[in-house]
Amino acid sequence: MTNAAVLDTSLDTFPKLLVRNSTKFANRPAYREKEYGIWQSWTWAEVRKQVEALALGFLDLGMEPGDHVAIVGRNRPHFYWAMMAAQYVGAVPVPVYQDAVAEEMAYVLDHCNARFAIVEDQEQVDKILEIEDKIPGLKHVVYVDKRGLRKYDHTTLHAYTTVQETGRVKRDEHQPELDRRVNAATTDDTCVMLYTSGTTGRPKGVVMSHYNMLMTAKNSCEFDNLNETDSVLAYLPMAWIGDFIFSMAQSNWAGFCVACPESAETMQADLREIGPTYFFAPPRFFEGLLTNVMIRMEDAGNFKRKMFYKYMDHAKKVGPDLLDGKPVSAADKLKYQIGKLLVYGPLLNTLGLSRVRVGYTAGEAIGPEIFEFYRSLGINLKQLYGQTEACVYITQQPDGEVRADTVGIPSPGVEVRIADNGEVFYRSPGTFQEYYNNPESTADTKDPEGWVATGDAGFFEPSTGHLRIIDRAKDVGKMSDGGMFAPKFVENKLKFYPDILETVVFGNERDKCTAFINIDLSAVGNWAERNNIAYASYQELAGHPKVLESIQNHVEAVNKSVAEDEMLSGCQIHRFLILHKELDADDGELTRTRKVRRKVIEEKFKVLIDGLYDGSKEVFVETEVTYEDGRKGSISATLELRDAAVVPVKAKKDVAA
Amino acid sequence: MSTVETYTTPDGRTIGAPVMEMKNITLRFGGVVAIKDISFDIREGEIRAIIGPNGAGKSSMLNVMNGFYHPQEGEVWFRGKIRPPMRPYQIAGQGVARTFQNIALFKGMSTLDNIMCGRLTHMKTGMLSHILWKGKAEREEVEAREKVEKIIDFLEIQAIRKKPVGSLPYGLQKRVELGRALAADPELLLLDEPMAGMNVEEKEDMSRFILDVNDEFGTTIALIEHDMGVVMDIADRVVVMDYGKKIGDGTPAEVLANQDVIDAYLGVDHG
Repeated sequence: MTNAAVLDTSLDTFPKLLVRNSTKFANRPAYREKEYGIWQSWTWAEVRKQVEALALGFLDLGMEPGDHVAIVGRNRPHFYWAMMAAQYVGAVPVPVYQDAVAEEMAYVLDHCNARFAIVEDQEQVDKILEIEDKIPGLKHVVYVDKRGLRKYDHTTLHAYTTVQETGRVKRDEHQPELDRRVNAATTDDTCVMLYTSGTTGRPKGVVMSHYNMLMTAKNSCEFDNLNETDSVLAYLPMAWIGDFIFSMAQSNWAGFCVACPESAETMQADLREIGPTYFFAPPRFFEGLLTNVMIRMEDAGNFKRKMFYKYMDHAKKVGPDLLDGKPVSAADKLKYQIGKLLVYGPLLNTLGLSRVRVGYTAGEAIGPEIFEFYRSLGINLKQLYGQTEACVYITQQPDGEVRADTVGIPSPGVEVRIADNGEVFYRSPGTFQEYYNNPESTADTKDPEGWVATGDAGFFEPSTGHLRIIDRAKDVGKMSDGGMFAPKFVENKLKFYPDILETVVFGNERDKCTAFINIDLSAVGNWAERNNIAYASYQELAGHPKVLESIQNHVEAVNKSVAEDEMLSGCQIHRFLILHKELDADDGELTRTRKVRRKVIEEKFKVLIDGLYDGSKEVFVETEVTYEDGRKGSISATLELRDAAVVPVKAKKDVAA
Repeated sequence: MSTVETYTTPDGRTIGAPVMEMKNITLRFGGVVAIKDISFDIREGEIRAIIGPNGAGKSSMLNVMNGFYHPQEGEVWFRGKIRPPMRPYQIAGQGVARTFQNIALFKGMSTLDNIMCGRLTHMKTGMLSHILWKGKAEREEVEAREKVEKIIDFLEIQAIRKKPVGSLPYGLQKRVELGRALAADPELLLLDEPMAGMNVEEKEDMSRFILDVNDEFGTTIALIEHDMGVVMDIADRVVVMDYGKKIGDGTPAEVLANQDVIDAYLGVDHG
């Protein structure tokens, strides 16, 4: 280990932390879940009892140290407890995306040779049964929701409560063994394995030790002063590292309460009821929320709308300064307070963000206007930059130094350096151990000194020391005339428009750039309603001439702004089209975390790309789509290809990519 | 019709004694004979489907079963006793709940309130005590709410709990209606075309809910359905009607092999 920092030996594994919490925060709420319309809660002392009963039950089923335990379900306390119970026994929890289709799940379960699977309900049990042949290592399946499972063969299938009950009954028999295993565990043992979403190729299993997770939790809790009075809403996929950090590592470290929504669809209402103090959401979430607010303000009465705009203008002027503690005149302060009473307060309350003390966004660039909107309302929204292999944190913005276009300074304990080709490298206590069963990839990513390649290109701003990320290093390419090609730079600018949901820019090794665009159905649909434009489907709306026209305006505006950047002025979009279908993870076009898979899209829509470059006005395309239940169908359409005006660029400089 | 008291389904459920028996039912509207001398039974724990082309008399049959129509001839037996002519609400009180072909919800009320209505037959306290909201009335409401919340959880409609049902899509309204029928804790559940107008995905969801209701609560279910695929998948036994007459009765496989049924569905050459 290259890191000198060590953890207190009484707090260096998850089970030890739970034991501490069960006495230190015995009567404080640890987990909440809304069920049957009421928030049910469990204190830390109760959680320990639940977890230990389950761990004893796992022992009875023969769970061994090092066994992999797949966790498949939406955010529910039961699954967090199952992860803790597995850690008690010395096994390794492997949370899996519960909306993955059977094939994807088979790959992951087989790759980690999972011996146990803890799943949510009949749907997941059926999925497991369907792929049973491909995962010979799987011995036992434990389910939480009993509905519809009564008639199933229960030789290797167990109800969660039954396992706990067995654990309680056989406590005397198994307790000594459980104690032995908890004491035998060291901080360098694996505490969880998470699969990367796999923007390129197959998902890889990232192995994390207790030390990685808890050291990261310690540093990040101290950075933002998180303590046992905070609360968080667990709504992001459990298979994603962020949820493990927020809802397991930090929650256990600081002792704060994790609330689980009633169902995925009620998240917004639950957010409002819980009012978390610590909140993370991807930029997409904040964009969606803002779009909703704007749509509803358009529908509001004249008086309300005027009031909203008047005070929002004022908030934009002084809100961020107030948040950063910069001097603001007394009159402006008073006006802001009035605005808070009339607009900001009620708005935040409706959004469920009234109590947010620390808010983070990451994963993608966030539009400056969106970012400013939330900050001007008084939400301390900050950006961080990270990845699974780093236990999330690489850089983050300290209070008072928040900007839309940077991702902050290196997080505590993290060293960052920029390689000659612009790629960002880091080394930290949170740096992952290895990719499971994949020494080549491990060696490719992490060098013997512990430096990890992020795959992102970026640079430190000399004046502030903040890191700025340009694009994925491997996506940064060259135009045929030698100019730099950074697709994400352009895509982000396009996506800042509320009616553009997703876009893919092409142009590597070519003479000009072109783009695919996905419109945002809710925003454009609302606009269509307002303008009496009838439509029956996404496809129809996407092909409407007026929609094309407004997107064209956006593209041309973006071209103007791209032209201003000396390095990237060659990336202006010459031609574009609006796709006939929404890019979807089920079709393999996006990752489960909704990142664009360029390779797949390039192959799948080759006809369209060819059309964009050979100058045709129209292209016919037929595309296979996968429905949620795994069946396949196809949709076809004739798409209109449009030219966009570009700003002429003066002599290009040859810039090394 | 088989005379054995119980039988076992292919998936291992034991089906018990008849819950409801229709004996030689004939129903006329003036000169029109809607149902002509039909007999069949519905047994404890089974899913019984009634199928037939349009105008075969299926909905009329359901209306006879829940006491909305009184047949001119024949007897309805319920739990081994002949059932005297009753009002529909009295029959509901006996544990027979139903849904409607054309959704009959209170459009302006929320999902929650609509389903709460289904508990009405179980409410014992009067209006006065509900106004005073003390003691028994309050306890009763809490119990009812708990039951209703379990149904909301069961049908996975938490997200629309507080929404007025008039604003919901059709498939969801159907689900709310099923919820309201379930709230009555029925022994026999009558479903009139629960899947009409749904897309494939909604049909699959609804089929799953029907099977789960039967499995979880042991509710006996009689349903009318047009989609043969669905009926074949979920029903234990099927009655086939055509022009008010019964032309087939048996397991889905038996019914499919029945020449009269094939003729009724595919048409018969009169040449």
